[in-house]
Amino acid sequence: MPVLNANLTLQAAQFANLPETLQTILFMVLGAAIFAGAAAVLALVGVYLERKISAHMQDRVGPMEVNTEIPVLKNIGHGWAQTLADALKLLIKEDIVPAEADKKLHLMAPFIVFAATLAGFSVLPFGPGLVASDLNVGLFYIIAISSFVVIGIILAGWSSNNKWSLLGAMRSAAQIVSFEIPASLALLVVIMAVGSLNLGDIVAAQAGGIHKWLIWWYPPFNILAFFVFFVASLAELNRAPFDMPEAESEIVAGFHTEYSGMKWAMFFLAEYANMFLVGVIIATLFLGGWTSPFGDFLNSGPFPVFWVTLKAFIVIFVQIWLRWTLPRVRVDQLMYTSWKVLTPFAFVAMVGAGIWMML
Amino acid sequence: MDFTNIAFYIFAALTVGSAGVMVFHRNVVYSAVGLLFAFFGVAGIYVLLAADFIAIVQILIYVGGILILLLFGVMLSQKLTKVDVRTESMQLVPAVVVVGGVLAVLLLTISSTPWKLAGSLEYEPTTKAIGRLMMTEYLIPFEIASVLLLAALIGAAYIARKN
Amino acid sequence: MEVGLNHYLALAAILFSLGLFAVVTKKNAVTVLMGVELILNAANINFVAFARFIDTDLDGQIIAVFVIVTAAAAAAVALAIVLNLYERLKSINLDEADSLAG
Repeated sequence: MPVLNANLTLQAAQFANLPETLQTILFMVLGAAIFAGAAAVLALVGVYLERKISAHMQDRVGPMEVNTEIPVLKNIGHGWAQTLADALKLLIKEDIVPAEADKKLHLMAPFIVFAATLAGFSVLPFGPGLVASDLNVGLFYIIAISSFVVIGIILAGWSSNNKWSLLGAMRSAAQIVSFEIPASLALLVVIMAVGSLNLGDIVAAQAGGIHKWLIWWYPPFNILAFFVFFVASLAELNRAPFDMPEAESEIVAGFHTEYSGMKWAMFFLAEYANMFLVGVIIATLFLGGWTSPFGDFLNSGPFPVFWVTLKAFIVIFVQIWLRWTLPRVRVDQLMYTSWKVLTPFAFVAMVGAGIWMML
Repeated sequence: MDFTNIAFYIFAALTVGSAGVMVFHRNVVYSAVGLLFAFFGVAGIYVLLAADFIAIVQILIYVGGILILLLFGVMLSQKLTKVDVRTESMQLVPAVVVVGGVLAVLLLTISSTPWKLAGSLEYEPTTKAIGRLMMTEYLIPFEIASVLLLAALIGAAYIARKN
Repeated sequence: MEVGLNHYLALAAILFSLGLFAVVTKKNAVTVLMGVELILNAANINFVAFARFIDTDLDGQIIAVFVIVTAAAAAAVALAIVLNLYERLKSINLDEADSLAG
């Protein structure tokens, strides 16, 4: 009898094992859905901000008309529903694929770009324990997974079978690959300072207020690293003043010239989601992440999420500000910036911070 | 079947399937896309083998470096007037015989060898330990690898330059 | 069935054979290079699998890192050669590159 009993428990254990696997899978799918939704909403906010800020910088008011009849929302005004209307428009627009294009890759490219961007979100910490995947190589993972974006862009440009698309894609790939070097070197300063690749550890090292933020460590080397990373990330996002890949006066719209409707919307969404991703990375690495700038004051409950989002949106504001005030640089100036300015300065920051640490 | 076993079969299927696309598709760009997913699948296999650092290095170097180089190579060495970038095959019959033989021998050896299993089956972070080994026991190979990379950089730039 | 060392080795063997097949049959130099990368990946899976199941330290993983470094160097030099080949012959089919004269 005991043998049978043991057998039964074993079977029960095996049976209980299956729902657990299912639970894990369900949890993963749910988490991915939440992140995709959050990224989409944040991208919509980013688009609205870009519109309004650019308008005010050019002394106009931007979208003012689109509104609803819902009582409370009606009073917000300022065309707040413009982005929603645009999103709806893009959803129902006809999806035109050029006759000579490579259909399968043309379809696959925007998905690769969007998926790579979303994958980056999974290791970002939004609060104590509030992270989808607390990876011990988190920072390294973000650098690695973003290289999928380059592949997606090259495929988009090539499969469109259009010279402007291909030129834009080649420019974009060359640009992102070159600027990855100073960006990674600048990140090395942070990794050396904290001694961990885990983003949660990096935030924990900066707890205790604004004066503890990593940007103030080992002056002036960490501030240097911060500037190098900020400029390099602008270039990696293909944003002005480094937006040669989609320079409309030269190559129409670069790699997404031949895209329309929903697929174009995915590139667009990925771009703004990427801006937010970079904003959170900069906030986490240099500006204290989800910790409050005032020490223990307002550092619990929902406030961590508030702080990290606020810091990320400040970074996004600076990105938008630069886009609407600086002219576009030339390709040779771009490569000069990467190889002869940012990379040496990143090395200076790395070696300097390293020597400081040894003293 | 627990979760890691299912994950192994998913990643193995992804790797072998996309490697098959890479080998048997006639379009070179499709081969590159197959290779992309094969590299990704292998990275997943590394994660299951508790090699987190290697998995990320795999994606960073292979996808972010080598694959982009290969795509540039494809695009700079074809006339890009058409999307059609095809490659031809040769010596198909001898190749099938030889490769089939090699595979059969390999699989036979694997299944008949009595492996002495000893390693720990814990999942531990490896980054710190690898870094430490690189700076102590493997310092000379590490330095030689950096010299090799420098030589490859200079050599590649010299060869590819127009005379 | 519990996944063990044999499963990983079998996967590596299949990848190796596919890579070998590409190296032997393809005319296009870039595709041959892709086959070489596949072979190196198969070797790496073996190293990491042995490091997990047979060895207790990380030597296998370190060797995998060195293999990846060497693969990157090889890919850069090989692509430079491919571009040079294209400049001279207007083709990167390996069976046409049979001249020894410079």
